[in-house]
Amino acid sequence: MSVISVITKGHQPTVDVSSRRWSDARWRRNALGTTLEILVPLALLGIWEFVTTQLVHSFYFPPLHKILSTLVDVWFFDHMKADLVPSVARLLVGYGIAVILGVGIGAFLGLSRRAQIAVEPLIEFLRSIPPPAFLPAAMVIIGVDDGMRVFVITFVCLWPILLNTADGIAGVDQGFLDTAKVFGIKGFERFRRVLLPAAAPQIFAGMRTTLAIGLILMVISEMVASINGIGYFVLNSQRTFAIPEMWSGTIVLGVLGYLLNFMFLCVERKALHWHRGLKAGQNV
Amino acid sequence: MSAEVRSTLGVPLNELNSGGFQLPSWCWPLITVAVVLCFWEFCSRFGIISSRFIPPMSVTFAKLGEEALSGSLWPLVGDTLRGWALGLGIAMGIGIPTGVLLGSSPLAYRSVRVIIEFLRPMPSVALIPLTVLVFGIGLKSEVFLAAFAALWPVLVQTLYGVADTDPVAVDTGRAFGLNGWERLYKIKLPSALPYILTGVRISSAVSLILAVTAELIIGSPGLGQAIEAARQGSAYDAMYALILATGILGYLLNIGIMRMQCRLLHWHQSQRRIAP
Amino acid sequence: MLLEISNLGKVYGMGRNAVEAIGRIDLSIREHEFVSVVGPSGCGKTTLMKCISGLLESTTGEVRLRGKRISGTPEGMALVFQEYGRSLFPWVTARENILLPLKHQRLDKRVMNERVEEAVDAVGLAEAIDRYPWQLSGGMQQRIAIARALAYKPEILLMDEPFASVDAQTRADLEDLLLLVRRRYSITLLLVTHDIDESIYIGDRVVILSGAPTHVKEECVIDLPGLRDQVKTKELQEFARLRAHVFTQIRHDRASDTKKQAVRSTC
Repeated sequence: MSVISVITKGHQPTVDVSSRRWSDARWRRNALGTTLEILVPLALLGIWEFVTTQLVHSFYFPPLHKILSTLVDVWFFDHMKADLVPSVARLLVGYGIAVILGVGIGAFLGLSRRAQIAVEPLIEFLRSIPPPAFLPAAMVIIGVDDGMRVFVITFVCLWPILLNTADGIAGVDQGFLDTAKVFGIKGFERFRRVLLPAAAPQIFAGMRTTLAIGLILMVISEMVASINGIGYFVLNSQRTFAIPEMWSGTIVLGVLGYLLNFMFLCVERKALHWHRGLKAGQNV
Repeated sequence: MSAEVRSTLGVPLNELNSGGFQLPSWCWPLITVAVVLCFWEFCSRFGIISSRFIPPMSVTFAKLGEEALSGSLWPLVGDTLRGWALGLGIAMGIGIPTGVLLGSSPLAYRSVRVIIEFLRPMPSVALIPLTVLVFGIGLKSEVFLAAFAALWPVLVQTLYGVADTDPVAVDTGRAFGLNGWERLYKIKLPSALPYILTGVRISSAVSLILAVTAELIIGSPGLGQAIEAARQGSAYDAMYALILATGILGYLLNIGIMRMQCRLLHWHQSQRRIAP
Repeated sequence: MLLEISNLGKVYGMGRNAVEAIGRIDLSIREHEFVSVVGPSGCGKTTLMKCISGLLESTTGEVRLRGKRISGTPEGMALVFQEYGRSLFPWVTARENILLPLKHQRLDKRVMNERVEEAVDAVGLAEAIDRYPWQLSGGMQQRIAIARALAYKPEILLMDEPFASVDAQTRADLEDLLLLVRRRYSITLLLVTHDIDESIYIGDRVVILSGAPTHVKEECVIDLPGLRDQVKTKELQEFARLRAHVFTQIRHDRASDTKKQAVRSTC
């Protein structure tokens, strides 16, 4: 088999014997993949239902239909207002402040090599303190209220965004900086039209991981010190042995995580479409 | 030629550093840390921040030293490390082989893609109540939570790493007569190594976070539990000392993994310096 | 004189680790002149361009644009870089790339758009103007970079090995493009290149640099017909003679390392 005749697209190189046969095999694989993609998760859910209703009756693992019906009952729409909305609001406010501060300070740091060298190790240290360790301190200093919860989310989300922004701005290609200099693009114009877009991929990468961390902190802060919120709801349900409710809350959290991630990816896709195009072109 | 040469950003080029009045670069972080610590001490001692809620820096460090020397710190550190290590170990033990499998077989990946994409963004702390029901409030819960959370970064990174192998490299191997297994461990795994190590680094951080969280919320033995106990007992200087200790632990683990990453990847492009 | 470079020198490092990238350069460029600069590899051509354009501060000497001494990057200069991929901004379209330098000149919007359209028309890329740079080929990207410099309407256009990163045929097209644009825009050009053929084909004058420490070794006036053609001009005996002369000078300097006085001659 000659190497030259091997087509290297995708993970499984196929020999181009005739184009018709090639596309047939590919189409078959694609169809099989899509089928599996739909069937396997459904099958797992089906197995869960089957096992919990027919085989093992476990108090801690209720049947699927019970969980789903509880979910609909409980969450639409009472607890949505009472728990879901406050939770998400806290997260968005805390995260939002962290983004604005992080990008702002990070940009400033990224422009000054000296400041970066001076401050980065300290920030790296702050960043590596496991976030839950901050909670007790925050509770002592600020008290047990919404302000504390938002503060903790902001404080923990701030550092990774800041560091990623600083790295992104400091790492802008010298060619772009020279071009801006030659053509007289300076100051805020330069920041807005050259530095920020160039650093955007890295900033978004930092923002994505930080969103997940923020979500975790939102839940923890509600479990430890709150009277409302999804985290509180789930823990409280467990304590009062309202098991299907507990499961419903867990699923809501899972869906929330999925949705937030999805929405973030949509925003990122729009903002960084040029970056994807650029990378795709480079890989050819 | 005594004129100072400056680059476009106005910062003296490194080559210029003939010593003299220019401070070496490692001085600056130390100065910053020193300034911050002094600021902390000052604020706390002079009542700008109530010293009941934030004890002075010297007191905190003294307490930390006391705990370290008296030996009460180390069992806590050991407990947390145990939870972290077991969580990370299990995550790697499951995640890396699974990632290799899924990365090598697009069909297998597509079967479970939806499940991964749904479980992955789930905050693992949401499972705390369920975990407590099933595993109780001891080490097992802590390890389960840490392992569950740490599984996803290393699995996804391994998956991407193996799937992203340069097809030209794979085909070169095929042309040279290597069979499937050999192609796997001679070509795909080494080329996926940077990704895998990045995944391990992230997973390590996540495992530590969840271990401490479990200790904090559930009460498994370890630093997190001790911090919460100190808070409830209003022993604030002990609480801050323990938080510091946790931070130092996290920092050291992070540095350790990064060093290891550098070592193992010394051949990789990302570690290369531009030839002078 | 449009551009006067006197006693330009550049040293990296200090003391024992000092590296003299440029020894001493004296050069003058008249308005509407096309001047090419060639030299052996590593003789500091790019450093020279960076010093002239103000991206690097020189150690000694000065550059004067219309009699005024330059500090930093002056308004009247545009630079086309060798690596278009690191110069054209990939996050905006070609049109935006060309517009961006004009924005701070506080021009009327209509005037700006006119300039952009004109420049793009001059380089022959009207249909690609709303695409992103990475959607275009290397040659097209470099044309966009040239259009950007033209729309800027600089006093002098500097080019640092602009065609080194494209293939030979595209290079020939771009060289002809420059000559075409010259008639339309009546620009002044200072072009640095390692390609000897190119330096003679494009220029009114060739400046030959020596090896390190770099100085102007020789300046040759190019006595070829104004209307140049890739085939016919390169067939001329004068072209071959010039080419051989420049080549010999450069090769000779790569072997030896002696300081010579700058010689001006009609060679």
